[in-house]
Amino acid sequence: MDLYEHQARELFEEHGILVPRAEVTDSPRGAREIARRLGGRVVVKAQVKTGGRGKAGGVRPAADPAAAELTARRILGMDIKGHTVGKVMLAEPVDIDREFYVSYVLDRSAGRFLAIASAEGGMDIEEVAATRPEAVARIPVDPAEGVTPAKAARIAEAAGLPPQTVDVLVRLWQVLVREDALLVEVNPLVRTAQGRIVALDGKVTLDDNAGFRQTRWGTEAAEHDDPLEARAAALGLNYVRLDGEVGIIGNGAGLVMSTLDVVAGCGARPADFLDIGGGASAQVMADGLSVILSDPAVKSVLVNVFGGITACDAVADGIVRALDEVRLTKPLVVRLDGNNAARGRAVLDARAHPLVEQATTMDGAARRAAQLAATT
Amino acid sequence: MAIHLTKESRILVQGMTGGEGMKHTRRMLASGTNVVGGVNPRKAGRTVDFDDREVPVFGSVHEGIDATGADVTVVFVPPAFARTAVLEAADAGIGLAVVITEGIPVHDAVAFTTYARARGTRIIGPNCPGLISPGQSNAGIIPADIAKPGRIGLVSKSGTLTYQLMYELRDTGFSTCVGIGGDPVVGTSHIDCLAAFEDDPDTDLIVLIGEIGGDAEERAAAHIRDHVTKPVVGYIAGFTAPEGRTMGHAGAIVSGSTGTARAKREALEAAGVTVGATPTETARHVLALLRSGA
Repeated sequence: MDLYEHQARELFEEHGILVPRAEVTDSPRGAREIARRLGGRVVVKAQVKTGGRGKAGGVRPAADPAAAELTARRILGMDIKGHTVGKVMLAEPVDIDREFYVSYVLDRSAGRFLAIASAEGGMDIEEVAATRPEAVARIPVDPAEGVTPAKAARIAEAAGLPPQTVDVLVRLWQVLVREDALLVEVNPLVRTAQGRIVALDGKVTLDDNAGFRQTRWGTEAAEHDDPLEARAAALGLNYVRLDGEVGIIGNGAGLVMSTLDVVAGCGARPADFLDIGGGASAQVMADGLSVILSDPAVKSVLVNVFGGITACDAVADGIVRALDEVRLTKPLVVRLDGNNAARGRAVLDARAHPLVEQATTMDGAARRAAQLAATT
Repeated sequence: MAIHLTKESRILVQGMTGGEGMKHTRRMLASGTNVVGGVNPRKAGRTVDFDDREVPVFGSVHEGIDATGADVTVVFVPPAFARTAVLEAADAGIGLAVVITEGIPVHDAVAFTTYARARGTRIIGPNCPGLISPGQSNAGIIPADIAKPGRIGLVSKSGTLTYQLMYELRDTGFSTCVGIGGDPVVGTSHIDCLAAFEDDPDTDLIVLIGEIGGDAEERAAAHIRDHVTKPVVGYIAGFTAPEGRTMGHAGAIVSGSTGTARAKREALEAAGVTVGATPTETARHVLALLRSGA
């Protein structure tokens, strides 16, 4: 889960990293008042979870509170790479002497975190790394040791950062560990004309698996732009909406991803990813079907289940009960294989719903669902 | 033979007395697996009855190893306690820890995989179905009756795709199937399993199943090119996954241009791996290669 810039700023501040004074609002009137409190001149920054805000016109200076209100009015509601701007942050301007880049990222292949730092901050670090790799220091961090002042000094030295950044590097590691973050990035980290080290912009990605011990952001940060995704999330479903016409339900992340691909291979486009997991109870099946059927783009639905631990007759019972609960309005193709598949198929045959048909193979089921979507 | 797990394996179950632990210990025992004990400090000294088989509960992994000579542990404990459980197993000197638990924070996985590696404990998982050497032993939750013993080795990030491929190739059979898990940080990689299968005299052909996210498959491809002489058949899931969205598994996410299915397939094909377009086609490639005696 990514945090908004203003949330990242708040975390940095709590961990003793200097940040510009700033406040957030969702109204132009609020922007005017905040600008007045901050002394008049401000930078108005769109709060969206995507990069390239500056280029899209989502970050603009304002000379006084009236200009801040006008600027906020222009930025609020803007679309930046598919994200609608709902809030702006107003920050006091900072007099920049130099810009740096620092981050801690997960190195998946090495199974540990990596410090990445560069004396060339303010721009796209991937671009710097591609064109001038020697300007970017990449230093692995031992999880048992963490980033001590000595370690931070080695990182700063390798990247050519001034010694004053050592304290920020140590505190940023504390943010990563204490907040269960998978990424903390400050870009740019600046040295002001007064010689202070300030985190001007930041990005933090939190680990969704750590929700049981990190509860502060709750649902605010996990908000869904898409209404169907929001509804699915409220039902506890593992659902991602896509832009196709074949609705897909399956058990197990790998098998569902594979089902999407096989449907695409048949010339149709998947409308969603929905993993109902190993248990696949009737309730989950009913919830899943109701979410998918309420997507107006869906023309047919494919249920692809391999009964491993779950028996297929239990899955079939679930589908039958779901059919009692949800009014089926679009054709449903079901493929059951594995444990007790014959009994599962018999259960569906006995129900004999006019819109439900069965297929014996995954490839055959995908072909049929694609065909139905094309002709419905 | 087989890899990492044989009929000689003596298995402890951490979290055996919980719901999932009970259910799957029963299944493991039913498939002939030598489960020698459970671990739960609050229930130490008791025994649990699984259909007339009495399994003792130990207060710690250390005690369990001392009493039974266990060399494998299967971990079912909830996410909040998994880190402590795995560190304890590594401290006790267990050879293999199979971590089934889904939802373990990445910082915990980083900590225990690093710690275990330094102590010579192999971790499989977390967030994995475990591994099975059909007819010999079953450490985890893979249904034991899908496929018979045989000479195919399988390594996969995904549980259900493992089941699907095992089912498609059930009559040919498997030496060992390893589900390495779908989390961003796992203890055992595709490469570890490829190397073990290459050395296993009872494995003739290797099936590698990957999915979007990270670069484990690309690294596996480089390893295959340089070190694997046995035929490898691959399958990759997630060609239709949008950028920046997590697809079920915590690690299944395309970030920018990295972790795409296309890049993985191309890397594998460049290394001489036959990659199937669907699980069924992948199984057909396996059968064709085995028939041609490659």
